[in-house]
Amino acid sequence: MKTLQQYEPVIGLEIHAQVSTKSKIFCDSATEFGKEHNSQICPVCTGYPGVLPVLNKKVVEYAILTGLALNCEIAKFSKFDRKHYFYPDLPKNIQISQYDLPICKNGYLIIEGKKIRINRIHMEEDAGKLVHAGAAGIAGSTYSLVDYNRTGVPLLEIVSEADITSPEQARLYTEELRNIVRYLGVCDGNLEEGSLRCDANVSIRPVGQKEFGTKVEIKNLNSFRALQRALEYEIERQTDEVENGGKIIQETRLWKDDESRTISMRTKEEAHDYRYFPEPDLVPLEIDAEWIHRIRETMPELPQEKRRRYVEEIGLSESDAAMLVDSVETARFFDRVVNLTGNPKAAANWLMGDITAYLKEKKITINDTQLPPESLAQMVELIEKGKISNAIAKKIIVPLMEKGGSPEQLVEEKGLSVISDEAQIIDIIKKIIADNPKEVEKYKSGKTQVIGFLVGLVMKETRGKADPGLVNRLFQQELK
Amino acid sequence: MITKKDVEHVAKLARLELSEQEKEKYTEQFSNILDYFNQLKEVNTENIEPMVHVLPVRNVMREDKAEYASNKEEILKNAPVEEDGYFKVPKI
Repeated sequence: MKTLQQYEPVIGLEIHAQVSTKSKIFCDSATEFGKEHNSQICPVCTGYPGVLPVLNKKVVEYAILTGLALNCEIAKFSKFDRKHYFYPDLPKNIQISQYDLPICKNGYLIIEGKKIRINRIHMEEDAGKLVHAGAAGIAGSTYSLVDYNRTGVPLLEIVSEADITSPEQARLYTEELRNIVRYLGVCDGNLEEGSLRCDANVSIRPVGQKEFGTKVEIKNLNSFRALQRALEYEIERQTDEVENGGKIIQETRLWKDDESRTISMRTKEEAHDYRYFPEPDLVPLEIDAEWIHRIRETMPELPQEKRRRYVEEIGLSESDAAMLVDSVETARFFDRVVNLTGNPKAAANWLMGDITAYLKEKKITINDTQLPPESLAQMVELIEKGKISNAIAKKIIVPLMEKGGSPEQLVEEKGLSVISDEAQIIDIIKKIIADNPKEVEKYKSGKTQVIGFLVGLVMKETRGKADPGLVNRLFQQELK
Repeated sequence: MITKKDVEHVAKLARLELSEQEKEKYTEQFSNILDYFNQLKEVNTENIEPMVHVLPVRNVMREDKAEYASNKEEILKNAPVEEDGYFKVPKI
């Protein structure tokens, strides 16, 4: 019998991030998402004869900013090249990209303490979109329709080294990268809409072997979940293949999310010969230290640094810090609340709890609500001072997000402020004592935990408007 | 040495259909061009930076401003076949 051979996966990722500029990379056509088809096109991006591309400066600056955030070397000298292939979504029959002199190289990202090296970042133009007509889906269509709105939208391609060792790590790397480009404002990071796209290269090798196995490229990974599942499936498929004496062929495979499997798309023999050569219509870039310095000065606080600060300076747990930082809008909102309140932990709990639940349900960000940081700070303060209970705060948080206004005013208008008149509370307590002789008996016989139940009854009676601490104290006094 | 097979490969990549006569003609022309490059290779290029562009110009860029006026109709006029404002192409 053979001993069981253990295999380990080797994974590398190519991420395409659509750059959030107003205009395309080589012409001034607009880049807005969801516009009427072919409404944002011009002779340059549709490849008319005699037109010339002119580089969008903002794309270069965003590329440099991303390179700095990912610890890359910024090239002093960089150029564009033509990549040749024929497909109807590419009207010029060439894609302007960067081949041997990319703008950034040799960076890295730390994921769970492990360094994932980044080979390169380069700039290129996106292709158009094909709509398959005549039937549902690509298989039954009789012809295709082309929308060139996306043609020429700037992309950054971020290529990792094959340093990733598990599907989960691949997901974490992509999530962190997505957060970084969102914090930088370079890309809105939406996998479902395709503004962030991910291709994965994966191979397996016996544990301890240095040489790589034959790699397979997986496409069509439209969510973080799809990325992880596709890699898990592919590693299992390759392991089965090898264990049954088969050989892995170098190919491109398509992830079918609804079928939970990958299928072969094309093999190496059918792979393209792109015949790159320097783009003669664009002059090279020379990037000096002063330009890089100016861009570095616009660098915002990055997710990693924010998490560290939330843990070390504000005292949040690692998982709470990670949760807050995962949404750039919520994290920046929290930063403003921190400056307004002495109790940032309470504010963080509201943000992660009721507020995030509401935002997820409505599929919006905190910036789309009517709640300013001042209001959350004020609400936290009202709770702290005992002016409203937690239960009341839970009732007003959604109205505050939907309609705005100050918490203090809302509490007053709705008559929700805590009953601070002790005599009034004592009256209610006396009534509860009279109505619940059994519980009172239990308490007097030493089962003091029953007090919780009795306090609950008072809270119910006052519809949450009493301070539970005060009620508890008054109860003990009355039951003496 | 350039063979007819090389010419056929290049033609295929460029989506060109060549007659037998053309293939022969291009095989000869390709060979002549590459022979000339071999002649250029004899020049000593030690310590000379590769030239990536003929113009001594760098950093030509435009500001990120979008033009919203659409050329849609005029551009679509040149579509081989148009349907509902789309370019219509054979099934992929």
